[in-house]
Amino acid sequence: MINDTLQGRRTVIAIIMSAVIVLYILRLFTIQIIDTRYKEGADSNAFLKKTQFPPRGLIYDRKHTLLVYNKPAYDIALIMREIRGLDTLAFCKALNIDKAEFIQRIEDVKDRRKNPGYSTYTPQLFMSQLSIEDIATIQQSMYKFPGFYIQNRTLREYAYPIGAHVLGSIGEVSQRKIDNDDYYNRGDYAGRDGIEYTYEESLRGEKGVEILLRDAKGRIKGKFENGKKDIAPKAGKNLTLTLDIQLQLLAEELLKGKMGSVVAIEPTTGEILAMVSNPSFNPAILVGRQRSKNYNALLHDPTKPLMNRATQALYPPGSSFKTAEALVCQQMGGINEHTYFQCNGKNSSPIRCTHSHGSPVSLLSAVEESCNPYFWNAFRATIEKDGYGSRNINFRTRYDEWADRMKSFGLGEKFTDSDIYEQSRGYIPTQKYYNKLYRGETGWRAITIRSNAIGQGEVLSTPLQMANLMCAIANEGYYISPHLNRCDSLRKKIHYCKVDKKYFPIVFEAMWRVFDSGTAVASKIPGIDMCGKTGTADNSHGKPHSIFVGFAPRVHPKIAIAVVVENAGFGSMFAAPIFSLLAEQYLTGKIKRPELLERTKNTVTNAYVQER
Amino acid sequence: MSKNVSIKYALDWTTVAFYVALVLMGWISIYGASYNFDQSSIFDFSQRAGSQFIWIMTAFAIGGMLLLVDSRMYDFFAYFIYAFAIILLIFTIVAPNSIAPDIKGSRSWLVFGPVRFQPAELAKIATALALSKFMSSYNYKLKTWKDLLPLGMFILLPIGLIILQHETGSALVFLAFLLMFYREGMNGIVLLLGTFAIVLFVIVIRFSNIPIQVDRGTLGFIAAMLIILLVQVFYAIFFGRNQKEAIILLLGSVVVAAISYVINIWFRVNYNYISIFSIVASCIYWIFVELLNRYRKYWFLILFSIGSVLFCFSADYLFEKVLQPHQQVRIKVLLNMEDDPTGAGYNVNQSKIAIGSGGFWGKGFLNGTQTKLKYVPEQDTDFIFCTVGEEHGFWGSTLVLALYWLFLMRLLKIAERQRETFNRVFAYCVASIFFFHLTINVGMVLGIMPVIGIPLPFFSYGGSSLWGFTILLFILLRLDASRLERMW
Ligand SMILES: [Zn+2]
Repeated sequence: MINDTLQGRRTVIAIIMSAVIVLYILRLFTIQIIDTRYKEGADSNAFLKKTQFPPRGLIYDRKHTLLVYNKPAYDIALIMREIRGLDTLAFCKALNIDKAEFIQRIEDVKDRRKNPGYSTYTPQLFMSQLSIEDIATIQQSMYKFPGFYIQNRTLREYAYPIGAHVLGSIGEVSQRKIDNDDYYNRGDYAGRDGIEYTYEESLRGEKGVEILLRDAKGRIKGKFENGKKDIAPKAGKNLTLTLDIQLQLLAEELLKGKMGSVVAIEPTTGEILAMVSNPSFNPAILVGRQRSKNYNALLHDPTKPLMNRATQALYPPGSSFKTAEALVCQQMGGINEHTYFQCNGKNSSPIRCTHSHGSPVSLLSAVEESCNPYFWNAFRATIEKDGYGSRNINFRTRYDEWADRMKSFGLGEKFTDSDIYEQSRGYIPTQKYYNKLYRGETGWRAITIRSNAIGQGEVLSTPLQMANLMCAIANEGYYISPHLNRCDSLRKKIHYCKVDKKYFPIVFEAMWRVFDSGTAVASKIPGIDMCGKTGTADNSHGKPHSIFVGFAPRVHPKIAIAVVVENAGFGSMFAAPIFSLLAEQYLTGKIKRPELLERTKNTVTNAYVQER
Repeated sequence: MSKNVSIKYALDWTTVAFYVALVLMGWISIYGASYNFDQSSIFDFSQRAGSQFIWIMTAFAIGGMLLLVDSRMYDFFAYFIYAFAIILLIFTIVAPNSIAPDIKGSRSWLVFGPVRFQPAELAKIATALALSKFMSSYNYKLKTWKDLLPLGMFILLPIGLIILQHETGSALVFLAFLLMFYREGMNGIVLLLGTFAIVLFVIVIRFSNIPIQVDRGTLGFIAAMLIILLVQVFYAIFFGRNQKEAIILLLGSVVVAAISYVINIWFRVNYNYISIFSIVASCIYWIFVELLNRYRKYWFLILFSIGSVLFCFSADYLFEKVLQPHQQVRIKVLLNMEDDPTGAGYNVNQSKIAIGSGGFWGKGFLNGTQTKLKYVPEQDTDFIFCTVGEEHGFWGSTLVLALYWLFLMRLLKIAERQRETFNRVFAYCVASIFFFHLTINVGMVLGIMPVIGIPLPFFSYGGSSLWGFTILLFILLRLDASRLERMW
C-alpha cells in the first residue's frame, strides 16, 4: 500500500470524529435529562410575535394641504386549533360574506403553497382591510366565534376624490415581492402604482413587534418581560408633493366630460403643479374590501380609466412640435430668422397648408400661423444641407443630429431621473428604424420622412413630454425632469437642450402672437402676456385630437401647461380655454371669467366618459 | 452483464444500508416536523414529506445510475467537472435575476423552469474529484508547505465565488478538506493552530467587554496572553525537556504581574500593555536561551507567540469589520454575551427547549408540540434534528448520532482499503464533508456552534442537498467496487 507511514493518521481522524459525537451525546444528556430548565421552557416559554403595523406616511400638497391620510381598518385572523363549534351561517352573516367565500378563504389559509407559514396553532390571516362599518356587526358578537380575532390595521383615506393617477393605490403584496423582500409577509399591503409605489419604502415605515407568551396549547399568558423587548412600529415618512391642489381640482373639473389630460409644470424647478388624466375615478374606491371588485371593473372599462393618459398616452404632437422644430432648424443652420419660404395654401405640395395667409412666409409668422409648407421646407433645408453623399451618408448624419437635438428637449425617452413610475417613452424615429422600414440606407430621403417636419407620422410624445418641452422653451434651453416629490434632490440635475439661447426670442415672440392676434386670441387673459401654440394631432380612429401647449407669463414664466383633449377637433376650440383658465387660476389665484369657466366645464366631447 | 454481476458482489452493502436507514429516518422526521392534525398521509405530495419522498426516490435512482458508470470516468473527467462547476458558480453571480433570483439576500440558486439547483452542491463534488486527481498524480506528494499551495487554490476559488453569492455556510464546508489534507501528509500543526486560533478568538471576543479594573485592561485580552504564556511553559517542559527554563519563565511572569500591581496603586497602568510586555520579554528570553545554548528548538515557539499576539490584536477587528452584523449577533448569542430571545437567539433557544422537552423517551412520534407550533423555525430543513430530539428523546437522538458514527467509521475503513490514491483521497473528502456538515448542523441545534445554515446530510428537507450527498456517496461506492474489478 502507498503512503503506509501515514496510515496511523486514520486513527487520529477517527478519534476526532468520535470525540465530536461523544461530546454531542453528552450535550444531549445535559439538555434532555439533567437540566430541567428546558422542560419548563417547553410548557410556558414560547413566544408569539405579533406584528404591529406602522401608520403609513401622510401625503401633502405643495402648500401643505393634507391629501392622503389613514383611517383605522381591521383584519380578521383565526387560529385553527381554537375554533370550537362555529356557527358558520351566523359568522358569514355577521361578516356579510356567503358560504362559498367562507369555504374558499379557509381553504386558502390551509393551502401551503399560498400560505407557507401555515400552522394550526398560530394566527392566520382570514380576511383583511375591513372598515369600521364592515366590522361593526361582528365586533359585538366576536365572543360567539372562538378562534377568530380582530387585528388593527390602517387604510388609506383621501381628503379629495381626485388625483387617482398621481397618488396611485395600495394593494396586497405579490408572492414575488414577499420572496424578494424580507419586510413583507403574506397579506401585507404595499404601494402598487403612482406615488404610493415610487415612495413605498419611505412611506411604509417600519413594522414593530409585540412579544406575547403562550403555553403549549397556544393560550396567551401575557406579555414577555412586561413588553420591555417589544419594538414599537415606526411611522412612515410624510411626503410633500409638488401638486397645487387648487389647480389640480380646477383641472379635473375642466376635463369633465372629455377624454384627455392636462400637465402643468413650474419651468424653473420641474415641479408638477397639476397632472390630470380623464376618464378618472375616485381613489377611495380602490381601498379596502371593494378594491378587487372595483379594480376589475376599471380594468375592463373600454375607456381605460386606469391608464394615466398624462404620462402613458402617446399622441403625435402636431403643430406644438413646430416650436422645437423652429429652434433645431435654426441651430443646425437650415434656416435663420430671415428665411422665407413659399406657401400655396391648400395647393402646397407635398404638404398642404391648413391656414390661409400671405406668401412668402417668415419664420415668425410660420410658427404663429402654423404653416406646414414652411416647416417642410425648413426641415428639408436642414437635413439636406450637406447633400446626400455616397450611400446617403451626409443626409443620414444630419438626420441623426436632428433627432439627437430634438431628444435633448426630453422627447422620445423616459425621464429616468423622475419619480413618475408609469411613463411611456414616446418616439423620435431613429436612423436605424428608417433603414429597416425602407430596406436600406439609401431607401429613404427627406421627402420620405416629411411628416417629421410637422410633428405627425412616427413622432409620438406624451402630454408630460409636451409640457416639459414648454418648460425647456420657457427656460430658454434647459429643463429639470418633471417630478412629484417636493424635495431638493430631484431638482439638482439640469438637462441642457442642444440649442443656443439666441434662437429662442423669435419663438417666444411667435408664441406670444398666438395669444395676441392668432388662433388663441379668444383665450387671452387681460393683463398677462402668455405664450402658446395650438396643435391638432391627426387621429386615424376619428376626429383629430385637440392640443394646446404654452407657458405664462412671457417674462419669467411661472407655469408651463400641456392640454390634450381627444377627438375634439381643432386645438384652439377646446384645449386653449382650459390652458387659459388654469394659467389664470395659478397666476392670479382666482378666475375672473365665470362664463368661460362654466362653458368649458360643461362642454362634453365624449359622452362615454363616465363619472365615478 | 458480467459488469452488473461484479457490482452486485463488490458493492459495499453495509454503507448502502446505513445510507438507506439515515434517509428513511430523515423522511419520517420531516413528516413529524411538518405534520399537523388535518393531514394524514406521508405520501401527500403537496406537503413536505410527500415531496421529500419524490426526492428520495430520484436520489435512489441517481445512486443506482452512478454505480453503472465506469469508475475510470471520474478520474478522467475530474478537471472538466471542476471547470464546469466553477463556470456555473460564476454564472450564478452574473446571471440575470430571472435565472438566479435573489432569495433572502443570497443569490446561490439557478432556476430553469421547474428545476432549481444550487451550483455550490456541485462545486463540493467537483472540488473533491479535482483534488483527488491532482493529489494522485504521479509526481505529487504532500510533504512541505509548498505542496499545500496548489491544493489551497483548488479550494479557495470555489470558496471565494460562494462567498460572493452570500452563502457563507456553504463556503465554510470547503474547510472540511483540511482533514483529508492531514491524512495525506499535511503537518498536524495546522489543525492544532486552527483550533488554538478559535480558542483565542472566542476568549478575546467573549471577555472583550469585561474590564479587569476600570480603564486598566480587558479580561479577554489578558487571559489570551496568559494562555500563550502557558503554552510556552508546556512547550518548554514537554518538547524542550527543560524544566528550569519553564520555571524561570513562570517566576518572571509572576514578578512582572506583582510589580505592575504595586505600581498600579499610585499610577494608572493598563494591564493589556503589561501582558504584551510579558510576551515580548519571554520571546527575548527564548532568543537568549537559543543563542546561549545553541538550541534550534525554540524558533517555532517565538514565531508562534508573536503570531498569536498579532492575532489577538486583530480578533476585534475581524469580528467588527469582516463579519456582518447578523453573524456578529449569532456569535454573541452563542457566547452568551447577548440575550436575544426574540431575534437570533430565538432559533437556538427554541431549538434547545424543543430538544430538552423530549426527555429520555421523547414525546412519541408525531406528538412533538414545540416543533409543530412553529416555535422552531426551519424545523424541517436546518433544524430537523430538533424533531428527533423532541419526539424520540435522548435514546432516539443518540441512536441517530451512533448511526452517523458507524457510517463515518465505515467510510474511513473503505478509504483505507483503496489501492489507488485517487480513490483514497476521494473517500477522505467524502468522509470529511459528511463529518463537517454533521458537526456544524447538530452543534448549531444543540447551541454549541454558531447558527450557520447548512443541512444535516440525508435528514434535512430538500432535493438539492439530498442529491448532492447521494452523488458524493455513490461515486465513492462505485470507486470502491472497482477495487475488486481487476481480480474478476
Ligand atoms: Zn402656409
